[in-house]
Amino acid sequence: MRTDISKINEHSPHQDMTEGLMMFAAATSKQFNTGEWRTNTPIFKADKCKQCLLCAPVCPDSSIPVVDSKRADFDYDHCKGCGICAAVCPFDAIEMKEGQEV
Amino acid sequence: MAKKDRMSGNEAVAYAIRQINPDVMPAFPITPSTEIPQMVSTYIANGDIETEFIPVESEHSAMSAAIGSEAAGARTLTATSSCGLALMWEELLIAASNRMPLALALVNRTLSGPININCDHSDGMGARDTGWIQIYAENNQEAYDNFIQAYPIAEDPRVHLPIMICQDGFITSHAVENITLEEDADVKEFVGEYHPEEFLLNPGKPVAVGPYSLSCYAMEARYNQAQAMENAKEVIVEVAQKFKKQFGRGFEFFEEYKTEDADYIMVIMGSAAGTAKQAVDDLRAQGKKVGVIKLRVFRPFPAEELAAALKNCKAVAIMDRTESYNTHGGPLAAELTAGLYRAKVWIETVCYTYGLAGRDFMVETVYDIFNELEDVVENGKKVEQHKYVGLRK
Ligand code: SF4
Ligand code: SF4
Repeated sequence: MRTDISKINEHSPHQDMTEGLMMFAAATSKQFNTGEWRTNTPIFKADKCKQCLLCAPVCPDSSIPVVDSKRADFDYDHCKGCGICAAVCPFDAIEMKEGQEV
Repeated sequence: MAKKDRMSGNEAVAYAIRQINPDVMPAFPITPSTEIPQMVSTYIANGDIETEFIPVESEHSAMSAAIGSEAAGARTLTATSSCGLALMWEELLIAASNRMPLALALVNRTLSGPININCDHSDGMGARDTGWIQIYAENNQEAYDNFIQAYPIAEDPRVHLPIMICQDGFITSHAVENITLEEDADVKEFVGEYHPEEFLLNPGKPVAVGPYSLSCYAMEARYNQAQAMENAKEVIVEVAQKFKKQFGRGFEFFEEYKTEDADYIMVIMGSAAGTAKQAVDDLRAQGKKVGVIKLRVFRPFPAEELAAALKNCKAVAIMDRTESYNTHGGPLAAELTAGLYRAKVWIETVCYTYGLAGRDFMVETVYDIFNELEDVVENGKKVEQHKYVGLRK
């Protein structure tokens, strides 16, 4: 039953679908660019950021990558623009901008 | 060697569960199915089986836990009735679409209202389009036999669908009758061990179950699920034949009782089939050519097989123990008349509703129904197509 799901796409016939649409792979949600749904966009103001890291854990979409104990710029492929990070940031280092574009 | 005993339908199913020794049972009590998890808990407490019992806070949780456990790779079951099944609704569809071969012992009880705890088929019939296989029993023996066949059907790689093993609340679940019980080892051997190919707790072979599916995939998945239900037909027959060969009992999709030369046939499900057969014996003694088809498998619905079995009779009484509120008959009547039409079997049919919320179904009522069918055919009597029997007028 285990098949290479990367060979299945929206043109595949029903015979090629896995049983119950099981996914034989891990962490496939990364391939789903939820950032396309965004209507507002957070902008990172690195000069104001104190690296307090309050924003990263509150993001519901894990779109604030933390590298070497420092937050990096947003993962815009997955950020849905909810604005929670901007509301949480005590240093105005995140500004919400209208629209999907950065 | 098989042994003779006497027990209730609930005891019989619990006994089968003990013999199968499944891995996990999440359950929440509800009349009249409560005894099943209660008796299984006793078996567990006494060290007779290793089943993990999960006491949950509702039936919604029971079915959710059952899906999770089955997905993890454990052979799982639960039991419920009536409103309990209704509370599982959302999860029933998920169990089926995720292709989880878990088993549910359904003890049929009416759905409110008016609030009532007695038998009819409104719970099971309401769940008829959730994608579950449904098998109904006439008595405790069939409830036991059907439960032993549940996993071999559901877990077959051609199927992988959940299965409901149904028996009539109180009438079957609580009445004590004679029963033949098979040896533990024979039952274990018949059911076999569960070795799922894909499951969550499988290191190095990651799998995600029940992912979000866009419109470009969901319809193909549904079609495949419907194909699995189609495949279940041949598997149900194979398992029934194997069971009969080994234990000497049982039927495939339905039992045909004195139908070979019958002009008038009653199609009925569950415990009331016993009443119908008694009436057939009485009427046969008077020279009437009458018979009964007791439907065992409602999902998948054996439409072609029923049409073939009925094609030589003159009229059929189709008996529904539930109300569809569609104003022209219950679910069995609707599906069977559609099946007859498609098979171009042009015989008279009358749809009767009986036994709602535990109303007694009497041998005399069956006499009246067969007389009415004869009147329709012989004298062209016009009868209401959707009729209640046993109703005070
Ligand atoms: S806007 Fe919302 S989704 Fe985007 S990074 Fe901030 S918290 Fe995450
Ligand atoms: S909450 Fe604001 S200041 Fe703190 S790490 Fe995030 S962006 Fe920087």
